[in-house]
Amino acid sequence: MVFALLKYGLSKHYPAKHQFPRPRELKKSYDVVIIGGGGHGLATAFYLARDWGITNVAVLDKGYLAGGNTARNTAIIRSNYLTPEGVRFYDESVRLYQDLSNDFDLNILYSERGHLTLAHTDSAIRTMRWRAEVNKHFGINSELVLVDDVKRLCPQLDCSDTVRYPVLGALYHAPGSIARHDAVAWGYGAGAAMRGVEIHQRTEVIGIEREGVNGTGGKVTGVVTNRGTIKCGKVIQAVAGATTRVADMIGLKLPIRTIPLQACVSQPLKPFLDKIIVSGSLHVYISQSSRGELVMGGSTDPYALYGTRSTLDFKEGLMMHMLELFPYLAEVKLLRQWAGMTDMTPDFAPIMGETHVQNYYIDAGWGTWGFKATPVCGKRNAEMLATGQVPDLIKPFTYRRFPEFRQLGEKGAASVGH
Amino acid sequence: MTMSRLPAPAGTLLDRAKPITFRFDGQAYTGYEGDTIASALAANGVTMLSRSFKYHRPRGLLSAAGHDANSLVQIGAEPSVQADRRRVVAGLDVQPQNVFGSLTRDYARAIDGLGRFLPVGFYYKTFFRPKGTWKHWEKLIRALAGLGKVDLEAHHGYYDKQYLFADVAVVGGGAAGLSAALEAADAGAEVVLIEENPTLGGALGYARFDAAGQEAARVREGLVGRVTGHANITVLTDATCNGWFADHYLPVIRGNRLYKLRARSVVVATGSYEQPMVFRNNDLPGVMYASAAQRLMRHYAVRPGNRAVVATANGDGYGAALDLIEAGVEVACVADLRPERSDGALADAVADHGVPIVRGAAVTEAIAAKGHVGVEAARVARITGQGQTAAVDDRFACDLIVTAVGYNPTANLIHHAGGRLAYNDEASMFEVVWLPETIHAAGSVTGTFALEAVLGEGRRAGWSAARDAGRTVGAAPAVPNDRGMRGINHPWPIFPHPKGRDFIDFDEDLQVHDILDAIQEGYDDVELMKRFSTCGMGPSQGRHSSLNSVRLTARANGRTVNETGTTTSRPPYTQETFGVLAGRSFEPDRLTPMHHHHVAAGAKMMVAGQWYRPQYYGSESSRDDNVRREVMAVRERVGLIDVSTLGGLEVCGPDAAELLNRIYTFTYTKQPVGRARYVLMTDQNGVIVDDGVACRFHDHHFYVTATTSGAAAVYQHMLFWNAQWRLKVNITNVTASWAAVNLAGPKARDVLARVCKDVDLSTEAFPYMEVRQGTIAGVPARIIRIGFVGELGYEIHVPASQGEALWDALMDAGKADGIVPFGIEAQRLLRLEKGHVIIGQDTDGVTNVFEADMAWAIARKKPYFVGKRTLDIHERNGLTRKLVGFSLKNPADPAPEESHLVIHDGAIVGRTTSVGRSHVLGKVIGLAYVAPDQATPGTAFHIRIGGGRMIEAVVEKPPFYDAGNKRQEL
Repeated sequence: MVFALLKYGLSKHYPAKHQFPRPRELKKSYDVVIIGGGGHGLATAFYLARDWGITNVAVLDKGYLAGGNTARNTAIIRSNYLTPEGVRFYDESVRLYQDLSNDFDLNILYSERGHLTLAHTDSAIRTMRWRAEVNKHFGINSELVLVDDVKRLCPQLDCSDTVRYPVLGALYHAPGSIARHDAVAWGYGAGAAMRGVEIHQRTEVIGIEREGVNGTGGKVTGVVTNRGTIKCGKVIQAVAGATTRVADMIGLKLPIRTIPLQACVSQPLKPFLDKIIVSGSLHVYISQSSRGELVMGGSTDPYALYGTRSTLDFKEGLMMHMLELFPYLAEVKLLRQWAGMTDMTPDFAPIMGETHVQNYYIDAGWGTWGFKATPVCGKRNAEMLATGQVPDLIKPFTYRRFPEFRQLGEKGAASVGH
Repeated sequence: MTMSRLPAPAGTLLDRAKPITFRFDGQAYTGYEGDTIASALAANGVTMLSRSFKYHRPRGLLSAAGHDANSLVQIGAEPSVQADRRRVVAGLDVQPQNVFGSLTRDYARAIDGLGRFLPVGFYYKTFFRPKGTWKHWEKLIRALAGLGKVDLEAHHGYYDKQYLFADVAVVGGGAAGLSAALEAADAGAEVVLIEENPTLGGALGYARFDAAGQEAARVREGLVGRVTGHANITVLTDATCNGWFADHYLPVIRGNRLYKLRARSVVVATGSYEQPMVFRNNDLPGVMYASAAQRLMRHYAVRPGNRAVVATANGDGYGAALDLIEAGVEVACVADLRPERSDGALADAVADHGVPIVRGAAVTEAIAAKGHVGVEAARVARITGQGQTAAVDDRFACDLIVTAVGYNPTANLIHHAGGRLAYNDEASMFEVVWLPETIHAAGSVTGTFALEAVLGEGRRAGWSAARDAGRTVGAAPAVPNDRGMRGINHPWPIFPHPKGRDFIDFDEDLQVHDILDAIQEGYDDVELMKRFSTCGMGPSQGRHSSLNSVRLTARANGRTVNETGTTTSRPPYTQETFGVLAGRSFEPDRLTPMHHHHVAAGAKMMVAGQWYRPQYYGSESSRDDNVRREVMAVRERVGLIDVSTLGGLEVCGPDAAELLNRIYTFTYTKQPVGRARYVLMTDQNGVIVDDGVACRFHDHHFYVTATTSGAAAVYQHMLFWNAQWRLKVNITNVTASWAAVNLAGPKARDVLARVCKDVDLSTEAFPYMEVRQGTIAGVPARIIRIGFVGELGYEIHVPASQGEALWDALMDAGKADGIVPFGIEAQRLLRLEKGHVIIGQDTDGVTNVFEADMAWAIARKKPYFVGKRTLDIHERNGLTRKLVGFSLKNPADPAPEESHLVIHDGAIVGRTTSVGRSHVLGKVIGLAYVAPDQATPGTAFHIRIGGGRMIEAVVEKPPFYDAGNKRQEL
């Protein structure tokens, strides 16, 4: 409770607990090396340490802690997916999310808002009904609602039929939530560090050492960084937009295209919008953060790029559509825009699990929805690293489904057009 | 209240002949045309503009230039208006933001007293135990957060956009920008000069460069005079260049218009942000930058106080002191942070006025006046070390504290463009160390402050930019060696107070200890410090907080500022409205040539991509009857549907057939001229993406149709592939050039024969799946015999301009046979009766050809088409689902809806994709995905309908109607 704040007001010295001890040197060897200090990497470290007692672990990041897509995403959490594999997976993630603040002793500001994916065409209505039916089958709270119910759930939305693309209905997913994305990473990072995991920021991986490479992938033995080479038992890479470049180091070709995804935020406003609103047809999503900022995004950029530059076209198009849905926001001010790099797979499902290199694992292909999968990825990655067995929940996501032509059908569930 | 102003020439932006009355926080005030809200209020003695974000402390004017959130106010439905930039207009009703009660009586001000219990990031530290607690606290915290309000009833104003082009864009109309523009323009370059203020001149218009106070005006007059008369320079004042995007694409906002300026080269002459001095209560109204005080006096003829203390570390503080003295402000003391005597002439002039100058001293505290809405006195003490002062201090009564401790470059555009800055430790200042090609910088944004050097640098930048733009230029202009970078920034103008309230970030109410506490908690990287403390995340995006917070972070970590780095500046440069970005909505409405006929005939129109199409004709209340009537007319007599929205592509050239062969699954090389053939397109995953018909008019000429929603993508897909194949073929998207109808029904031939005399329509001469070119009612037409709806039918394409004439002619000709127009709903049902799939409805993002049971559409012998390899593998791997026709076992069961699930042994195996009640067949029919072992006709399977109820369906092999296809081949 709020008594937790008393100590800050009453103590003479600031009662800081140092969250991320900064190890000065890299050790010679670790049981597990995690490439990528974003949400997924830190969560993996956290569960390895907490649930499996494996603490001789290094998390390496080229930049600062959680500075990639973890810092750039729009923090939406939902499980209203289309394939059974996807629904089951994200459902576990949502449930883990709900306990994180207490797991961490750090408030991640998890805020259940309700999530509306709007349908402006009869074909979108069919898709929403499909998702609702699949969700309900797995006990997920999703419903197809028609325009009158949309109006009731979100009176802030222009549901009139005078707009260019009138709202016909929506997929309503009541558990849809937002959280403070940075806090999720910090909680995992602090929890892992507290248990002995080393987090090395500004440490770039530039090569992977293997043995027994003889027509096969061989076995991983070490990781070369800009600060020296370290030996290791197992490696997992969780590097989002840099996936293909890191996978290249072990000669793994993945059917991933790296495409920028942009987002922006308004100046803070008094709360007026509780619901999270998504429109695939209009390429828009929006929610209001606990700080009062409108957090907004659209579809991915029209071309592949390893870069995080912003464009004018993005916000022009986004705002044109935003004002279709919320015409009264015309004089609200934009504060900041930015971009992240998303690693898109052909079937919009992730790539997880083993690779052709023994003891080298991958967590990639998250496209535009990696944040919401953070806890389940961490938990199941940890299980995989600790036991050497690929958990059932992530088996469907093996990279081998591409050469074997067994793609998953998640394409229909991406929140906006890609 | 009475307004008090300085005599002219002060008030350069005012028109004193035009008084303006407006309201603020419920009170009426008068200002002059040209005043900002804040300057008019200051003239009326109102110094408090807002309450702070977290502690609700009174805040007033700090920068007078929009560099802080102190000045944000609400005007009607518009939140977060910068009161120090927005000019007053008559009748303006200005409200404070984020107050509970009124500005002067804000109930939330009690939070200020609780500040010590609200450490940095306090909301991360509590409110979550037990689980579910946060839900309640969140409401309170959300209500306290946020600044302005939105008004759900607000109207969407008018905004527009315009493209501009220039050889050279010069951003910033100060001394550097003006001389850059002149130099470039003299070299023949077309220059656009962008200045965010109402007048040109920048600091020349308000700052003081010499003791006599003459130089700035003299230089300004010369430059502005030449610029405004120059034929090659377009001046945009009151215009903000709000970002830099790739290839010098600059959004320039002026009022409600967004100019999109494309330039060959750019000169960034954006100046610098004055920086705050940090001491206790440095946020009180009455504490302001020297430049703010000067802007108030020069631009708006406002005397910023009656008795001032000036804290300075550079000549600008002395210049401001002289200005204050001339404006009749008593300067109680100048505290110069530097121990040694500097800025001789200016300092001497101040001393000559009898002002005591204390060297090596700082203001350590502003003492609040009663009610905390202003300053009563300043404490000044000797500096004893970095950020440390002697315990003894002097107290100077004053109502104004003016600070001049340095600047941070306005390098936003340089950051956007990928330029780099580094901290110059000797000058304690960030300076530009690298610029991308064809971007140049001049003036204080580069750390150049000496006026002669600024002018020289401006000329050099203008010269370089003109050269980049391809203009012939002479020898490079010289730049004086002494840039005047030293002696501007104090290395450590931060004097933490044991009792705090020493603000680093005014927007976010962050004090020195908040930054240090965040670092101590482990958020020691400058990015993490920012994210945890929120320093620099407020409306002013670090303009006034970045420099000092980076200095603090560096020192706390025992590193240099350069090792510490800074956070990233991203677009936009300053606030921009959603409206100005959106502009006028350019969502096209595509109407077919016959659109108005449909509307006149009472059609219910529906959105189909960008198009509108008739859903059915007649009233909404009798929708089912309308659809049934239209269906029966087609089955029994004849109907007419507008299919102009179908994609149309002309594929011409010697390799036309080869292109189709590679793009589509069938084979086209041997397709005879005059024949039409089905086309099915798959992507590399073997997934069905479109279909249509290819008509061959010549060996080298096909006319290919595509679905309404797929047309643009099909065209793009063809171009994409042919960019690699380089076939001799020309592909043109002619969708909008053709109008088309489908005339269908047993009487179709009779109707057509009445208006088409030059084509033999007999079954023998013009059989099914053939195509002819002829004349219909005088209109040249392409006539294709196809049968999507399963009746004798002609798809007729005519030039778009003749669509209406065609429609009229056919409706006339069909009168005798009872022709009716029909819409999408009837067409969907008619084709369902024939078992035809609609791509995108009966297929999804992963449906391959075998799953859709369309293997008949694949030419097996072809060596290649896009997707073939994958399809071959799919065929070997076997199916996981299959699309089948079905009817309900028990006719009394309710019809399932489209997308209801097919359940087998408790697992999802598929779903329905099309469902309809067939009037002709007298039963519910549909298409559904089922498990492969359920796909044999006669097999029963289960569909879960609304409410979770299971109903039984039976696989039935389509077509459901006219299984022998006799009717369409009549």
